[in-house]
Amino acid sequence: MRYLPLTNDDREDMKKVIGVSDINEMFTNVPKEVSLDPKFNLPSHKTEMEVGKILSEIANKNINSNQVPFFLGAGAYKHHIPATVDHIIQRSEFLTSYTPYQPEISQGTLQYLFEFQTQVSLITGMDVSNASMYDGSTSTAEAVSMAKRITKRNKVVISPTLHPQYAEVINTLISSNEDEIDYNFSENFEVEKLISKIDDSVSCVVVQNPDFFGSCHSLEQLAEHTHSKGALLIVVVNEIISLGIMKSPGEMGADIVACEGQSLGNPLNFGGPYIGLMSTKDKYVRQLPGRIVGETIDMNGEKGFVLTLATREQHIRREKATSNICTNSGLCSLAFTIHLSLLGEMGFKKLSKLNHEAAIKLYNKLKTLEGFEVTNNSFFNEFTVKLPIDASVFVEKMAEKGILAGVPVSRVSNQEGDFSNLLLVASSEINSDFDRDNFIKLAKEVCYE
Amino acid sequence: MTDIFYTKDHEWIKVNGDEGVVGITSYASEQLGDIVFVELPEKGNSFNQGKDVAVIESVKAASEIYSPASGEIFETNSSLEEKPEIINEDPLDSGWLYKIIIKNKDELKNLMSEEEYKKLIGV
Amino acid sequence: MNKNKGLDHDEQLLFEVGDINKTGVDLAEIDNLKHMIGDSFSENEIGLAGLSEPETIRHYVRLSRKNYSIDAGLYPLGSCTMKHNPRLNEKMARLEGFSDIHPLQPISTCQGALELIDLISSWLKELTGMAAVTMTPKAGAQGELCGMMAIKQALLDRNELNRKVVLVPDSAHGTNPATAAFLGFEVKTIKSNDKGLIDFSDFKDNIDENFAGVMITNPNTCGLFETDIVKISELTHKSGGYLYCDGANFNAVVGKLKPGDLGIDAMHINLHKTFSTPHGGGGPGSGPVVFSDRLEKFCPTPLVKNIKGDFILVEDSNEKDLTKSFGRLNVFHGQMGMFVRAMSYMLSHGADGLKQVSEDAVLNANYLRASLSSHLTPAFDGFCMHEILFSDDFLKDTGVETLDFAKAMIDEGYHPMTIYFPLVIHGALLVEPTETESKQSLDHFIKTLCDLVERLKKDSDSFKAAPLFTPIRRLDETQAARKPVLRWKEEPLIAV
Repeated sequence: MRYLPLTNDDREDMKKVIGVSDINEMFTNVPKEVSLDPKFNLPSHKTEMEVGKILSEIANKNINSNQVPFFLGAGAYKHHIPATVDHIIQRSEFLTSYTPYQPEISQGTLQYLFEFQTQVSLITGMDVSNASMYDGSTSTAEAVSMAKRITKRNKVVISPTLHPQYAEVINTLISSNEDEIDYNFSENFEVEKLISKIDDSVSCVVVQNPDFFGSCHSLEQLAEHTHSKGALLIVVVNEIISLGIMKSPGEMGADIVACEGQSLGNPLNFGGPYIGLMSTKDKYVRQLPGRIVGETIDMNGEKGFVLTLATREQHIRREKATSNICTNSGLCSLAFTIHLSLLGEMGFKKLSKLNHEAAIKLYNKLKTLEGFEVTNNSFFNEFTVKLPIDASVFVEKMAEKGILAGVPVSRVSNQEGDFSNLLLVASSEINSDFDRDNFIKLAKEVCYE
Repeated sequence: MTDIFYTKDHEWIKVNGDEGVVGITSYASEQLGDIVFVELPEKGNSFNQGKDVAVIESVKAASEIYSPASGEIFETNSSLEEKPEIINEDPLDSGWLYKIIIKNKDELKNLMSEEEYKKLIGV
Repeated sequence: MNKNKGLDHDEQLLFEVGDINKTGVDLAEIDNLKHMIGDSFSENEIGLAGLSEPETIRHYVRLSRKNYSIDAGLYPLGSCTMKHNPRLNEKMARLEGFSDIHPLQPISTCQGALELIDLISSWLKELTGMAAVTMTPKAGAQGELCGMMAIKQALLDRNELNRKVVLVPDSAHGTNPATAAFLGFEVKTIKSNDKGLIDFSDFKDNIDENFAGVMITNPNTCGLFETDIVKISELTHKSGGYLYCDGANFNAVVGKLKPGDLGIDAMHINLHKTFSTPHGGGGPGSGPVVFSDRLEKFCPTPLVKNIKGDFILVEDSNEKDLTKSFGRLNVFHGQMGMFVRAMSYMLSHGADGLKQVSEDAVLNANYLRASLSSHLTPAFDGFCMHEILFSDDFLKDTGVETLDFAKAMIDEGYHPMTIYFPLVIHGALLVEPTETESKQSLDHFIKTLCDLVERLKKDSDSFKAAPLFTPIRRLDETQAARKPVLRWKEEPLIAV
């Protein structure tokens, strides 16, 4: 077996040194009631070639985003990833290294994470960031948990336009008392209505920007009211490329920012692995969950990096930990860092503009399509289209015609309400005029033929 | 006259009349290692004997501090914010944590004397 | 001053070598953009340093060279299972049909993805002998949370929320009590006996009408199989509780026995340990959880179902399979990229290969035990499983601590083993070689450690000074925690 270096001779020699003749002698502690070497209804080992064939066959049963015009978003976005990124993350020293608990032999990892933390702080407009979490949804839930700890309050007010699955995750991870979470999924983001829900029993207000339906909001007024009641404002960003041409959450008054970082460096991967970003103000840093890298000096005064503030992590504080997070997104955060290093300030802003421009181009073409209405007044690269037919039916028929047209809102939400005709359509720099013309042409066919 | 009492969790309380000053012992500060951060309670809050009232963080551990006596906090050691290491340097004096108005002096009977504490840590 | 030394190149921070006017990506030009962002539009400077492609590659390649990795050397880290990361896994994960599909595509366009999830699910159920599995948890710690949430939901379903006490052995990993406490359980510690196993009578004594369950690791963190596990599970169930098993050490028994036969109710599996998905410097992981039929219906959302060859995704909590689910742990469906890698590993090994994996893992650890016990001090008598626990007795009267010994190993070209864990053994050193180390590699490791122990008697000072050969030595972790500097900041142009 190609991954097992021991030869049978090796095994015999080693057994002699140990003083056993049968391997099962070393499984002595296993009680009699448990059978060793049971029969498994599984095939035996396969060659690389055989494995490659099996998995390729399965992979080919999927239509992938490179094969057809592609317009899906709703929390995961397709962007071009420069060739450099995938090469670097596959270097042995990054791919196959362990968590940087021994800093002397992990300065590579620790330094890029420090750079990552800086990048995340800058784009979100906050003071500090952690070294990443699993994804945007768990970052958001952890942010809520953090706000509850800081304010010592239990109520959570969630904007009606937060990604419904994110709201489900908050609900699962935060206290089981249902009365504490105020969330009613709806297309309408009304600042006044949201403000009216904030009182001094509220720990935090969670708002997504651009929101689930694609709309962009100014949050200064909401921030002011939230703070006046002693609560914290948590801003959630699903498409981080939007931060290139929008005011940062920090600038608008956020106390904690939770983002999905997948758009940079990480392919769609059917939903994972992704990368959760989390940033906050200096004064809250000791409440920030997850791994954090800090700068320090060594015994010779040389600058270096270490994992720090670890006492917040579960393995030291045990019962009093700030969360039970252990792993960060490692390689995914490296991919993010490399991609953003390649882009730099100019590239990031340009990419942001290109995404917005792509959406505007599609928006203009949709205006010519009868029965199709874009419901947003503002958007970055994703908007909501009201269709003349059921959105799930539309999407299936468009797929049959060779185009992945968007995400029906009803697909993502279990909540009450009639969203059956609403479709989320995302654009990005990967879309061409050909893609957009095809969308219009095939949409007409699907709806009117 | 100041009396000093100890808890099994290595806190001390110096009692003078109705006032108590609370801190941790040298043994505790040595066990913790280099202290990096202290989370002190807020002035005006009251705590019962045995309740967790503060947290002392070192590089390798975070330790709860339990109130040796019930009372209301009227002062906390603000110099610990900038220099938590004072606790390592001088845990019994300038490394004090907070001061309370003791609610019930009878509770002090539950605590240990210096002799008993020394026995506990095997000195 | 030139800080380079031969092949070791000094490399500053991105923000020190990069520039906001540099970029390594060519993007199309944009004509007059009449934006539709609204009031939140902004073109303010962010401060992101950029680099051209050659500079980017140089920067990150230089950083990479400051890292140890399993490709370069053994990691004897107990309970981490640092085995070889097969490159076929990486190739398979990059098949466009897996990497470039969106989680919310119409189900008809991603049948292959759902088939893959179903396939790995059935392998995990078969290998563990358990009734059900959820693939959604994104790491071992989240898998633990998932298992305990299912237990909490089960107690809620039986209207027995008075059952608040969870028992955890003193040798457990910190995530265990943290997870239980996070969920509102009261954690009570049960003692290990002098054989390194759970003290069954202490376990029994701690059971009362408030008993919710027990979290055990098996094989345990001392590298030993918990002989009383079946007795423990029987008593647990009889007392109305549930048994959660931390599956971090599954590598000792995979393909060799079925954890389901032990009477467990839930067990998380670390795909990045047992099933070879790469550690990536800290992540991403994946922590699927297998369930007994007692807990099956409390599984989180979503589920993949195979209806006569057609695959569907059950996401709606109103669906009958999910009515008792405790809810959703994460957005979307789990770490697909890691499923593909693990599946490639499982298919490559097959049932016979996996049995060989655990046998070789146990053989390698016992070979180390037999060869090192003359110089180091095993904490317990008898055979170990896939990892061997040493105490710091062998360091007595040398003036050298476990930490110093570990740092000295770095100079010998090895990542240190796990140290100071489990807490039940003083100055613990926990060594797990895994099955992907050759006998030659193990022999070299044995010789190196024995030589180090010999050196203890002659030259203990050198241990205190270690490591000598790394560019950075003994970083000040106290300063890092006292005065946290967690990002680069631009220096003010004017002296303040």
